[in-house]
Amino acid sequence: MQQPSRSTNNSHQEAHQDHLPLGFLIFLLSESIVFVSFFVTYAILRLKSPHWFPDGVTGLDVSKAALNTAILIFSSVIIHFAESALKAGKVITFRRLWLFTVALGIIFLFGQALEWKDMPFGINAGPVGATFYLLTGFHGLHVLAGVILLLIMYIRSLAPGNYEAGHSGVSAASLFWHFVDIIWIILFLLLYIW
Amino acid sequence: MTNIADSNQAHSKTHWREYFGFSTDHKVIGVQYLVTSFIFFLIGGLLAMIVRAELLTPQLDVVNRSLYNGLFTMHGTIMIFLWIFPANLGLANYLVPLMIGARDMAFPKLNAIAFWQIPIVGILLLLSFFLPSGTAQAGWWSYPPVSIQNPSGHLINGEFVWLLAIAISGVSSIMGGVNFVTTIIQMRAPGMTYFKMPVYVWTIFSAQLLQLFCLPALTGAAIMLLFDLSFGTDFFSPFKNGDPIIYQHLFWFYSHPAVYVMALPAFGVFSEVIPAFARKPLFGYKVVAVSSFIIAIVGTFVWAHHMFASATPNWMRIFFMASTMLVAVPTGVKVFAWVATLWKGKLHLDTPMLFCLGGIVMFLFAGITGVMMASAPFDIHVNNTYFVVGHFHYVVFGTVTMAIYGGIYFWFPKITGRMYIESWGKIHFWLTFLGANLNFFPMHPVGLQGMLRRVSSYDPQYTGWNIVASLGAFLLGMSTLPFVANIISSWLRGHKVGNNPWLASGLEWTVSSPPPVENFAEIPIVTREPYDYGEQISRVNSDLHSI
Repeated sequence: MQQPSRSTNNSHQEAHQDHLPLGFLIFLLSESIVFVSFFVTYAILRLKSPHWFPDGVTGLDVSKAALNTAILIFSSVIIHFAESALKAGKVITFRRLWLFTVALGIIFLFGQALEWKDMPFGINAGPVGATFYLLTGFHGLHVLAGVILLLIMYIRSLAPGNYEAGHSGVSAASLFWHFVDIIWIILFLLLYIW
Repeated sequence: MTNIADSNQAHSKTHWREYFGFSTDHKVIGVQYLVTSFIFFLIGGLLAMIVRAELLTPQLDVVNRSLYNGLFTMHGTIMIFLWIFPANLGLANYLVPLMIGARDMAFPKLNAIAFWQIPIVGILLLLSFFLPSGTAQAGWWSYPPVSIQNPSGHLINGEFVWLLAIAISGVSSIMGGVNFVTTIIQMRAPGMTYFKMPVYVWTIFSAQLLQLFCLPALTGAAIMLLFDLSFGTDFFSPFKNGDPIIYQHLFWFYSHPAVYVMALPAFGVFSEVIPAFARKPLFGYKVVAVSSFIIAIVGTFVWAHHMFASATPNWMRIFFMASTMLVAVPTGVKVFAWVATLWKGKLHLDTPMLFCLGGIVMFLFAGITGVMMASAPFDIHVNNTYFVVGHFHYVVFGTVTMAIYGGIYFWFPKITGRMYIESWGKIHFWLTFLGANLNFFPMHPVGLQGMLRRVSSYDPQYTGWNIVASLGAFLLGMSTLPFVANIISSWLRGHKVGNNPWLASGLEWTVSSPPPVENFAEIPIVTREPYDYGEQISRVNSDLHSI
């Protein structure tokens, strides 16, 4: 991991690029603990609660959520190919697949919004409402942040020659997208399948 | 390490205006952290002195009860989030890149952004005194259901602002953590292996890993508490199937390790200062270095010892009692190593050394009361009494603040290029040491007798000890005066020093004082062992300041 001594006219910007992958990975590992704290709270509240769902509600709609899950997993596969395309120097393919990922992310968010709209209980419906809206909402914010991050990377790729030698920012954005995907899978299992 | 007489330093000086702007130089940011946090330390101290003034007499006579609640809540919050954390970060920001032979931190811009959130947090908290609801009043741990009451009915109330401030402070700390860990892993100079790093860097590494692993739990808890407070959700409300105990678990999952985040850098300062003033290599360097990691790992599994009285099941009490006592082993190793370093050393009792020796003595005391409270039956007896407050203040003031003072004196000539006034430093030390012990020792006997914390009036039988404690607090307040005067006048007019006025070991002493903007004209290649006192560097005369 040692960096050989750089030339004496070392600039901060240059140093910044080298360290982005590790720094971002550390950040994501740390960020995942916020989700863990929510998951643990959800699990304890649910285990303790005699009636989890409000009266008249039997459970959540698994089928729509499963479709949304499939969309997000699919987008994670696409972004992987986008990143590989960039590494292989195929910038045009990268851009197409990258935008496709963005589109899938937006579809996911739209599906999420529809689900919130049709939900039979609100955020004040006891622990079930609180945890459901917090978990899906907090995750949704991460998807939104991911979409914005991907769009920034896309715009940057339009500058000629910008990504010819690959780009650690693209790898970081892709890693973030996988992270959001993994969190969703855990969330789906906890909220919908349990 | 490189030749001390490295004459090719680029003597580009830092302009004083940079300290007031958005600088990305880790040394400027370090000083910004230190000065800002010290201002908040004075404010937090002032709040404590009002609390102690109230406690001079058993009756309620200085402030009203709500204000009293606000005062101790703000005192705790300011001292932890705006003094200890940022002051430690200030020293670490200044020192870590220099100690590992780097030109700056891995993410200089992120570093500056992280710093500038600290004044925002401070201003938010102080402004909450002027809200119609007053400040947060639920203590620094902000337990529900007390913290989600919102008696004023306003959406923007003291507790809301408190949660906002904690969230911002959390973001800042995570930025710092990412930066330090990346820097230490990736930016060490060639030859600077992990086992050539100074113990100070090891302690920062361990402390920042703890921040990254544990702090998000508090962030999560704060978000849920904010929802309960502002949107009427039922995460922690016991009245509607919520569970306040979950908050306590999440809070302490962070806030106990947070004590190690505060204390580990103090241990790092002790490990740098003691060899330099005993003129001996640090005893058991590798063990001391690794013990920081062990403290961090074991320290992650002790949190529920804060909850022995929270209907915690017995199996959990026994587990956390044992794990807590286990922490005494790696910390004991450190104390043993410092004492062994002192053993038969040629001791120079300059101010940094005095603060570190005083700090170790008070840490030993805190460690003993810590093990006492780790025992569940004893803890249930002293739960929520001043015994806990006394223990905690021996840690955060007696150990950590003393170490920060020691660190500031030790590296003051490096940071400013000038020497502080030794006699004033000694006066500062004795006032601080005396004031701290007068202030915090009496809390133990009154705590054992059952005096409750966070209550503004008390049974007259405790009056004697409380007068002693209050006088100690006022003495402690006064003790900052010689320090401030010393720092300001020495910074402006102290006599100039060379690269290494203490003849200390470590890369930071090989560059000029103050160091040039890019630290090292040429990145050093490290071959020497850390703490190579005795053979390479000897300190003949006690008249060091003229070197």
